[in-house]
Amino acid sequence: MADVASTSHPMAAGEPAATNYLKAERGFKSWIFTLDHKRIGVMYLWSVLLMFLLGGIFAMLVRLELLTPGKTIMEADTYNRMFTLHGAVMIFLFIIPAIPASLGNFVLPLMLGAKDVAFPRLNLASYWIYVIGAVFGVVAMVTGGVDTGWTFYTPYSTTSSTSVTTMTFAAFVLGFSSIFTGVNFIATIHRLRAPGMTWFKTPLFVWGIYATAIIQVLATPILGITLVLLMMERVFSVGIFDPRLGGDPVLFQHFFWFYSHPAVYIMILPGMAIISEIIPTFSRKNIFGYRAIAYSSVAIAFISFLVWGHHMFVSGQSELASAVFSFLTFLVAIPSGVKVFNWLATMYKGSIDLKAPMLYAIMFLMLFAIGGLTGLFLGALATDIHLHDTYFVVAHFHFVMVGGTVIAFIGGLHYWWPKMFGRMYSEKWARIAAVLIFIGFNVTFLPQFVLGTRGMPRRYYNYLDQFQPLHAFSTVGSWILGLGLFIVLGYLLASLRKRYDAPPNPWGGTTLEWTTSSPPIAHNFEHVPVVTREPYDHSPAPAPAPAGD
Amino acid sequence: MNWLKSILLPAQGTAYAAEHDTFFMFIVALTAFFFLLITALVVFFVWRYRRRGDSPAESQVTHNTRLEIVWSVIPLILVMIIFAWGFHDYMNAYTAPGDALEIQVTAKQWIWQFEYPDGMRTVNEIHVPIGRPVRLVMSSEDVIHSFFVPSFRIKKDVVPGMYTDLWFLPEAEGEHTLFCAEYCGRGHSDMLGKIYVDSEEKFREWQELGDERTRTMPLAELGALLYESRGCSTCHSLDGSRRDGPSFKGVFGHEVKLSDGTTVLADENYIRESILEPQAKIVSSFEGIMPTFQGLLREREVKALIEFVKEQQ
Repeated sequence: MADVASTSHPMAAGEPAATNYLKAERGFKSWIFTLDHKRIGVMYLWSVLLMFLLGGIFAMLVRLELLTPGKTIMEADTYNRMFTLHGAVMIFLFIIPAIPASLGNFVLPLMLGAKDVAFPRLNLASYWIYVIGAVFGVVAMVTGGVDTGWTFYTPYSTTSSTSVTTMTFAAFVLGFSSIFTGVNFIATIHRLRAPGMTWFKTPLFVWGIYATAIIQVLATPILGITLVLLMMERVFSVGIFDPRLGGDPVLFQHFFWFYSHPAVYIMILPGMAIISEIIPTFSRKNIFGYRAIAYSSVAIAFISFLVWGHHMFVSGQSELASAVFSFLTFLVAIPSGVKVFNWLATMYKGSIDLKAPMLYAIMFLMLFAIGGLTGLFLGALATDIHLHDTYFVVAHFHFVMVGGTVIAFIGGLHYWWPKMFGRMYSEKWARIAAVLIFIGFNVTFLPQFVLGTRGMPRRYYNYLDQFQPLHAFSTVGSWILGLGLFIVLGYLLASLRKRYDAPPNPWGGTTLEWTTSSPPIAHNFEHVPVVTREPYDHSPAPAPAPAGD
Repeated sequence: MNWLKSILLPAQGTAYAAEHDTFFMFIVALTAFFFLLITALVVFFVWRYRRRGDSPAESQVTHNTRLEIVWSVIPLILVMIIFAWGFHDYMNAYTAPGDALEIQVTAKQWIWQFEYPDGMRTVNEIHVPIGRPVRLVMSSEDVIHSFFVPSFRIKKDVVPGMYTDLWFLPEAEGEHTLFCAEYCGRGHSDMLGKIYVDSEEKFREWQELGDERTRTMPLAELGALLYESRGCSTCHSLDGSRRDGPSFKGVFGHEVKLSDGTTVLADENYIRESILEPQAKIVSSFEGIMPTFQGLLREREVKALIEFVKEQQ
């Protein structure tokens, strides 16, 4: 398999990497105008990592400020901008595009046995719209910042003197980038599966990305319209949300969460999708309950549209509405729980190898379990009254978004890194970093649950002395977490300086991306693969790869 | 479980808080069980089925219908119990009894104002008699705030342009902290208040004469207390640093430049006017955003604040 590339390109004989997608063309323009999904995926990867760094710096500053009550390093105005920018950058510029647009762009067509996505130009447009949105975001940051919180609640956001209009315009533009990616993936998954790859022979990563794409296409326009209304209100004083102009401020919350709750699943479904790939490979086992996992992704996608009101149990909405939203929220918990049990059952009687990607998958199982289970406190009406807008909520969504999505993203990055760049990273350093990240994450966010249950509200610059010890714990944890993440960046970048040393299938994966060279050739496959087996068929008999092997 | 409850939750100020805590601890027990189950299985599988050499998996089982039904249906039943229980307590938390003492609450950046049925008004603190339900009828004058009392386990948003309500039955004498839980700008984290639960007798006394402690306090000392509790400190510094309002440092007895270009001597009458009618004279380079304290301070309290400002030289 490893020499497939070299046989068709004699000029590169002996060095199969010479014709890989990274070297197929040269020069700056060959990147910025590329239509290759792999190159677009790589450009997205570096972009979202840069934004992760930026959002991370804001987070470290927020934590440092909270080390002591009152002023530690900054004034209240600066602090309010810091937590707003941390949220806005992490949500709109990092976590929403992180998995689908970077890893998904790279891996999805390979997994389907396709040469590219269905609409390569749309794919490139999506990337450049993302860049334009990011530029507007940065403009908003340097022209006064934003102090509304990433949720832009009215009427605070319509009256704030900060650069809210620019930032909401940035989020509006970024929405199109997300929609384009979603449309593209839906078409690609429908039309470009390899011969023989029926829906139920499609890898679960594809199912997860498909469910995500549905939400991206259906929900993002609502956010776009909401943000336009917000901009109209700020610029032209159209009274939609401001009660002084005859509007209703709570209406904004309905609009906002109608997008932003499904958006939570835009963030977590791709993370779950990665876990469904890693666990079978490193357990050498067919996935348990394939259809249950596939259907649960789609079920989550649809139910996620009907639970937005659980963000508003104390907003003054009617008790009946709250009851219905609470009920539906508990329904959406079931498919997530089913997935966890399926992953556990996949490990049962497997042959488990704790390589870096699997370490992250296991971390995901534990941290996402905490994130999911603490959601029960918030979905339940009575306990939500006490916990709403406290640090309990902050801890809960960081367990889901960081302990879930970001850990899965890092796991996926380790899983596909040899495929993307053709190099293996240091396994030893990967383990050290994983342990630091696990410890740092828990030290940062576990104390926040207790802060919340004891009544510490979120978005507080100053706080009562009684909360100080737990805040100090949390801040120290953020340093450990930050160190772990920097080590990851360090050894991944270091691996790029090496010669190509990754075999086509370093982990013994069974899906199609492992049947082509690492890194793949520009057109992905020498021959169109034909699929005859299930995606996670680890039974010893005939070789798993359908073509070219 | 009581030790855990005392670590996780603040003291209980109402019977509803106790009711809430029973439910809360039920979810704690349930989630702890599932978390330990998942963690134990992960750790056990990783150890028991670790890869030895280049071994394949022991089994390739992919389905077990009975198991899959069990792990879908049991969690479904459990979450439905949580839903029903949570709904039951939520209705109790949000349905006020008819005979409650009604207090009007007005939130604004960044103070809480209260008005009793007899017309008495207070800022950032209320006294309530023990054992009598209190209903709060709340509205905001600017952005959204949220009325949160952790020891009562209650919270509700305070929204401009509409009324929301909240109630509690105080059952523990003493003071309880009120927080603003909905982000409302610069002073959000200082928008705190106190709820004092008094015996019936002490409550009547307070209604007539004001706070027992403050009644006999020297004026300047009382002023220092009011400076914090009435929210003056959010906008007026004591060290000369600039906030939303002019610093108190070195103001008294000096000429003050006003936004219309004139100057005024900061004497007792000027300070009094600035408290009760803040829009009358705006200090140059500041915006006239201060709310009036007319009717919100007792006569002695105004004098106390003037004495306090006098002392800041």
